[in-house]
Amino acid sequence: MANDLDLDALLSDGGKRVVACCGSGGVGKTTTAAALALRAAERHGRRTVVLTIDPAHRLAQSLGMEALDNTPRPVDGLEGGSLDAMMLDMKRTFDDVVASHTTADRAAEIFANPFYQAVSSTFSGTQEYMAMEKLGQLRASGRWDLIVLDTPPSRSALDFLDAPARLARFLDGRVIRLLSASTPGSRRSMLSLMGASAAVFTRVFNKVLGGHLLTDVAEFTASLEDTFGGFRKRAEATFRALQGDQTSFLVVAAPEPAAINEAVYFSRRLTEERMPLDGMILNRLTPVRASLSAERALGAAATLEEQDPEHPVAAALRTHADRARRRAAELRVAARYGAACPDVPQARLPALGAEVVDLAGLRDFAAAAAG
Amino acid sequence: MSAIAPPVPRLHIVTGKGGTGKTTVAAALALALAGPGRRVLLAEVEGRQGIAPLFDAPSLPYAERRLAAGLDGGEVFGQAVDAEEALLDYLTMFYKLGSAGRALRKFGAIDFATTIAPGLRDILLTGKLKEAVSRTEADRMAYDAVVLDAPPTGRVVKFLNVTVESGRLAKTGPIGKHSRSVARLLHSSLTAVHLVTTPAAMPVQETVDAHRDLLAADLPVGHVVFNKVAGTKTVDVTAEELREGLRRTGLPSDEDLVAALLEEHAASRVETEAVDSYRDRLERLGRPIEELALLPEGVDLSGLYQLARRLRPSLRGPRRAAPGTDAEGADRGE
Repeated sequence: MANDLDLDALLSDGGKRVVACCGSGGVGKTTTAAALALRAAERHGRRTVVLTIDPAHRLAQSLGMEALDNTPRPVDGLEGGSLDAMMLDMKRTFDDVVASHTTADRAAEIFANPFYQAVSSTFSGTQEYMAMEKLGQLRASGRWDLIVLDTPPSRSALDFLDAPARLARFLDGRVIRLLSASTPGSRRSMLSLMGASAAVFTRVFNKVLGGHLLTDVAEFTASLEDTFGGFRKRAEATFRALQGDQTSFLVVAAPEPAAINEAVYFSRRLTEERMPLDGMILNRLTPVRASLSAERALGAAATLEEQDPEHPVAAALRTHADRARRRAAELRVAARYGAACPDVPQARLPALGAEVVDLAGLRDFAAAAAG
Repeated sequence: MSAIAPPVPRLHIVTGKGGTGKTTVAAALALALAGPGRRVLLAEVEGRQGIAPLFDAPSLPYAERRLAAGLDGGEVFGQAVDAEEALLDYLTMFYKLGSAGRALRKFGAIDFATTIAPGLRDILLTGKLKEAVSRTEADRMAYDAVVLDAPPTGRVVKFLNVTVESGRLAKTGPIGKHSRSVARLLHSSLTAVHLVTTPAAMPVQETVDAHRDLLAADLPVGHVVFNKVAGTKTVDVTAEELREGLRRTGLPSDEDLVAALLEEHAASRVETEAVDSYRDRLERLGRPIEELALLPEGVDLSGLYQLARRLRPSLRGPRRAAPGTDAEGADRGE
């Protein structure tokens, strides 16, 4: 059974500056990210920051991330080392980007645009862009040796990788230029360059989206281009940085078909994009202590129940058989990952009895992961 | 308010935290709803292709396809709704765009529209569902029910409420008008949003939060599905009894094995107690709770039918929509 991922070697490697935990929702990504960050700080003396997206309330509390000011705050109660933690505030990050790239008047204008309000708070994908932006900021500050990143709970974990490219496509696309060009004041004859299909395009979009919305979008994109055209460059730089040796991607999964399929798919994408995939962490295996097969336990339970249907030992044996069968089924599901991605080292973790809500819990979790 | 019970929900939206099994529950629900002579559509909207593997079927296309026989002879159809295809559909429907539609796609406009226009993607997806719910074929409803494997709890209110939002943004034009009609359906008693959770802290918390947010957004909440509940007997057993029992049945009875079994037994008891406290918490929401047992070997096709049979009684009501006598609808009757 594969259990060959050396997390301590990875966390202590001074050449690694970013560890990104990715995977589908509900597999324990945030807990894993926080636990690894804590271990990097306490055990390996690295000045670490963990950037989380949507932590459980009590975990956030214990990491001191309740002040929602969108900047990293030191975590109290460490056994040595230095760890900061923050929770991403997507809207605030977007606002900061706008504010830092334009005059106060212009920023106020952008903030008031209904399209900006929609994009910055509800647009699917904004969270990914902003996680990327924040990661770029944290890297650039040079305050930390190691940044541990919890990726957003995307509809598909891949959105995170695709976000910068989509952003670039959005800002640089022909469509956006067309829209910018049709903003009052900067009207150029883009339509003639693009011919009839562009005419169809504007006509249809005016009708479908309503002229009002189109004007909002056009104004917003025009101001984007004027004020922070560097958006795309930064997103690309962050994407390239993620490809370098300084980064480690860890895929987090749980032993369920959907989560394993996502993990396989994600691992393949990372490899295709030449992103450094360093390991897979399999969470939530049913813990089994007794080395007794489910079949023998069930047989014995049946024998005991012949005398007493409520035999307490039979109940204990059935409990064990249930757990053993659950674990066997989980391992069969997990084996798909090993078959699809034989070169990716794995760490396997039993489900912890209680929810991880404090530093002690994170410490135990990390210790189990590091083996 | 009204003396007449609200109509039977025909659009079932199944949500839950990631990993709680909402796709499985949506599939089981679709099978359960597909009673004799009934046609049910099971749709997904996130491009995950989560439905097909449950039925051992190849990936679902955008076009609806027969997927399985329901319980007792109905039919379940499957569909993976895709925003780009839906937009083209929409343009074709309203603007008779033949080749121009394809030109738009080549031009990147479709990509642009579905990626950028705020919520347009979600509007198109929910719009497509509304179309499936209200479509008629040969004087009867094309589908007796539509079940959606919806986005997870964290995003579902935004997803369902986007039509309200866009009704505000797009004040003119068909998107605005269309949004408002979809919003009416989603906020009516023809819709039920079911919340799936497992016995664990985060999923239960998200269920409670989603319940609150759905009510605040005036969206109709249906059942709470308490999924993957491991049923273990919690009897007391001592090391002495264990040793004796093991010996009597010819199993090894060394201290290691006895200690290990006791430890597992204790861990299961802690889990069972936790399950009870989560159940209490869910009961306080005041919604009907459907409990589904954990299938130790995972869910295969026969397991799916097993879950469907378990869900069946909670859906009792008239076979064909005849408002006024429906138990499920009455659950929400104000």
